[in-house]
Amino acid sequence: MNQSRRIVITGLGTINPLGNNVTDYFENLEKGVSGAGLITHFDASLFRTKIACEVKNFDPTLYLEHKDVRKYDRYGLFTMAAAIQAVEDAAISDDVNRERCGVIWGSGIGGVQTFHDESVGWVEGNRIPRYSPYFIPRMISDVVGGMVSVRYGFMGPNYTVTSACSSSNHAIIDAMNTIRMGNADLIVTGGAEAPICIPSVGGFSSMMALSSRNDDPEHASRPFDKNRDGFVLAEGAGALVIEELEHALKRGARIYCELLGGGMSADAYHMTAPHPEGKGAILSMENALRDAGISHTQVDYLNAHGTSTPLGDLAELKAVCKLFGEHVYKMNISSTKSMTGHLLGGTAAIEALACVMAIMKGIVPPTINVEQLDDKIDPRLNLTLSKAQYRTVDIAMSNTFGFGGHNSTIILGKFKS
Amino acid sequence: MAEIQQQVAEQVTKIIAEKQGIKASDITLDATFTSLGIDSLDRVELLMDFEKAFDFQSEQEEAEKIATVGDAVDYIVAHLNK
Repeated sequence: MNQSRRIVITGLGTINPLGNNVTDYFENLEKGVSGAGLITHFDASLFRTKIACEVKNFDPTLYLEHKDVRKYDRYGLFTMAAAIQAVEDAAISDDVNRERCGVIWGSGIGGVQTFHDESVGWVEGNRIPRYSPYFIPRMISDVVGGMVSVRYGFMGPNYTVTSACSSSNHAIIDAMNTIRMGNADLIVTGGAEAPICIPSVGGFSSMMALSSRNDDPEHASRPFDKNRDGFVLAEGAGALVIEELEHALKRGARIYCELLGGGMSADAYHMTAPHPEGKGAILSMENALRDAGISHTQVDYLNAHGTSTPLGDLAELKAVCKLFGEHVYKMNISSTKSMTGHLLGGTAAIEALACVMAIMKGIVPPTINVEQLDDKIDPRLNLTLSKAQYRTVDIAMSNTFGFGGHNSTIILGKFKS
Repeated sequence: MAEIQQQVAEQVTKIIAEKQGIKASDITLDATFTSLGIDSLDRVELLMDFEKAFDFQSEQEEAEKIATVGDAVDYIVAHLNK
């Protein structure tokens, strides 16, 4: 692999429960705002979990023509909005060779609402199949990358990665490696999810994965807290334009920071439960450090996966303590899912943006809602509780782990020529 | 034009206008679907909208033969008379 090709981030976009653009998202991350509330997308009164972090006031016609909106599932609309924001932000001029630009996206599920609606439609109808011709393209998780390419004429590599809650980290790593190998110069990457609908709230509830703190939604996502009872489902998308350094410099692009490396691994342990000692997580972080060519002692901030599940949070912190040794006490760690909720396939992308904020602005976003730290967690860790902390962040790491035991870690760094 | 034909034409025009985000007054019977920005997938979907609006069953393969707004109106009227 051509490791001499360095990768930088030159465009950002997002739609998520904390904001429908990067500026609002960063502001609310810093303030420690919760995006959670009662579910409004459907009547959840009979569901065990009635809360989620919904995107508010989203207007897809800011990004798409009115007649095209119905051709997308909600996850697709989030994708288009975030990707368009990122591409516009990167200010890619007409002379950039479109054959060298790609889209590598992430989504854990794709259009689950669409699948549900069409299936119900058939059952409730006269059984003569009248599936919408847009059923399949709305549902499948790869079409959105194609639609971004249609919009911008990007003819380079184009596909979607699926690895549950790790999807967008895997996408970012694939995108980075595709550019390193010389197969593209610029890639729109990230991920999206829209799971706040009947089948997925029902399904995740049955897995006992979701918090049911229905009487206090804003405090339901409480990673590392003694009384955490599961994650809070969220929706949205995060997009990053990543680019080969020389390519970015030559066109005078604004460089947010550098994407230094990525690591992946599998737990090889259980369908949904994390390895209790975080063995796969350690391997993923080690692989990322090696790929980035840095020492663990250089990491200033870790954006933890920290979903607020009883097992997952402990396993991750065990892994982190083991890997980082004494340096762990010098780092900031936080779980921004305490504010955003869990965007599944989109989560790594918005957490990569949180790392960009930490590096660019020196603001470490907090872990909110910890009232009583789990007594199995070392109290000497700086989990950035309650309030943002201000410090120089040269290097940030972001973990995500998916059902199926898919682990992934990315490392971002301050850009230094 | 027979009264039924006119009623169907009005409603077809209205459905297409709403779907495509264009003015009903800009849609003529001899306008091709292609000229209205309606592609092959849209055409299948439109036929399903027409089925609902006029309560008839079509064969989806027949959608391919409908090229203009007028074709759609004739097709629907023929089915209503069945």
